[in-house]
Amino acid sequence: MKKIANIFLLVSILLLYFPIFYLMFYSFNSAGNMSHFDGFTLNYYKSVLTDSRMLVIILNTIAVALISSSIATLIGLCGALYLYNIKEKSRKMLLAVNNVMIVSPDVIIGASLLILFTLAGMSLGSVSVILAHIAFSVPITVILILPKLYSMNPSLVDAAKDLGADTKTTIIKVIIPYIKPGIIAGFFMALTYSLDDFAVTFFVTGSGFSLLSVEVYSMARRGITLEINAISTIVFVVVFTCVFIYYLISKRQEKLRGRV
Amino acid sequence: MKKLLLIPYALWMLIFVVFPLLLMAAYSFIDLSGNITLNNYASFFSSNYIQMTLSSFWYAFLITLFTLIVSYPLALALNATKRKTIWLLIIILPTWINLLLKTYAFIGIFGKNGILNDIFAVFNIDEIQLLFSDTAFIIVSVYIFLPFMLLPLFNAISGIDNNLLNAAKDLGATRVQVFSKIILPLTADGIKAGIQVVFIPSLSLFMITRLITGNKVITLGTAIEQQFLTNENWGMGSTIGIFLVIFMLLIMVITSGKSDNRVMKL
Repeated sequence: MKKIANIFLLVSILLLYFPIFYLMFYSFNSAGNMSHFDGFTLNYYKSVLTDSRMLVIILNTIAVALISSSIATLIGLCGALYLYNIKEKSRKMLLAVNNVMIVSPDVIIGASLLILFTLAGMSLGSVSVILAHIAFSVPITVILILPKLYSMNPSLVDAAKDLGADTKTTIIKVIIPYIKPGIIAGFFMALTYSLDDFAVTFFVTGSGFSLLSVEVYSMARRGITLEINAISTIVFVVVFTCVFIYYLISKRQEKLRGRV
Repeated sequence: MKKLLLIPYALWMLIFVVFPLLLMAAYSFIDLSGNITLNNYASFFSSNYIQMTLSSFWYAFLITLFTLIVSYPLALALNATKRKTIWLLIIILPTWINLLLKTYAFIGIFGKNGILNDIFAVFNIDEIQLLFSDTAFIIVSVYIFLPFMLLPLFNAISGIDNNLLNAAKDLGATRVQVFSKIILPLTADGIKAGIQVVFIPSLSLFMITRLITGNKVITLGTAIEQQFLTNENWGMGSTIGIFLVIFMLLIMVITSGKSDNRVMKL
């Protein structure tokens, strides 16, 4: 039974990774298609890395993700602190609104924000995309920070107040250091959502501004271009390296904590 | 101070969540020339749209079902491994690759000269054109949603106290009984959370339908995108959107469990 389970696990993992490695493999194909491997070439990498438009799009994607998740984490932190301090009844109601936003489909967020931006007379471009990304990231950061607040011992706050700290000092010196892991988790989750988004950006972006996913979509609609394969390989290598480093750091921290 | 904390969050939620949804609701009563009308609702209840909605639900149902059938045993197998976190990380890792790129991979795999037909040729199976079919749509969607279903299931399964399982075995329960009387009921909340995170997005997919099925499959999401961005009929798009929100709320109510596993846990 155990053997069957392990085989099933391995086969599933192979199938999960197959499309990704398939893309990576053909990114080196000089024949220019995804069916017959002709010879090894790095031409598609060259054309991606020398295409200044593509480089701008990649930088845009990273910049939008970093800016939107930083702002979203700040707003989410305020939201979580506020929700922590109010009565349970109103908290439940506000959390329900928060959850609706997390579960609501991308098309709804995209379409409703498109209406908002157009009626407000905003031109669609970098600002509207960043605002939209913040909009769908805030509820996620709230959900990730709030449990950390609840795991905090309330006497910590009482002690700080007894010792004469005002609310601001208590938040900055006591609460925020304690919930830091939650804040970091919220930031990274917002980053993930932002980097992975396609639908919302597709709705609220204008002709002059594009992110990687939207650009890949318009390229893919025209058919197979191995530049997309090259981009996938680069993305995979970057993601894999980041996750690996994250894993090593968390392992090390675990060890350190174990020693204490 | 409490008030000061409220302002950014409340303002943000009001301006970017509540207000846009209200605008969408208002737009659903406006026709192409800007007059107030109920015609959008009338056309939503015409046979065309009803059919589209039903087929969208049918596909979402199939996608959710197959995702559950694959992920449940996978979650069990994962839970049985020694180094759970590493294996979980390996399975979750592909979700960090943009789903556009993964969908694009299937254009190559399912194409007429793709690798699938090459494999079929080895076994003397006739060449098939999987790309642009609804089967391909379901396979790709299951592939995309698998990790999202797996996480709540895995959280639920790994939370089961082993003593319960041992006690059941000691008391003479068969394997099937252990599964149906203990594991399944204890993971019900995980299953509900999984269904929620797969079913609702399945209704609203539009990118996969366009790239993989070439507009053969039309989901509610595809229809909204088409009305908003191609036909520029925001009224009709908003009407479909309002119904999608209603369906979403209904599904949330039906599948609401006690535990909150909705957000990915790292």
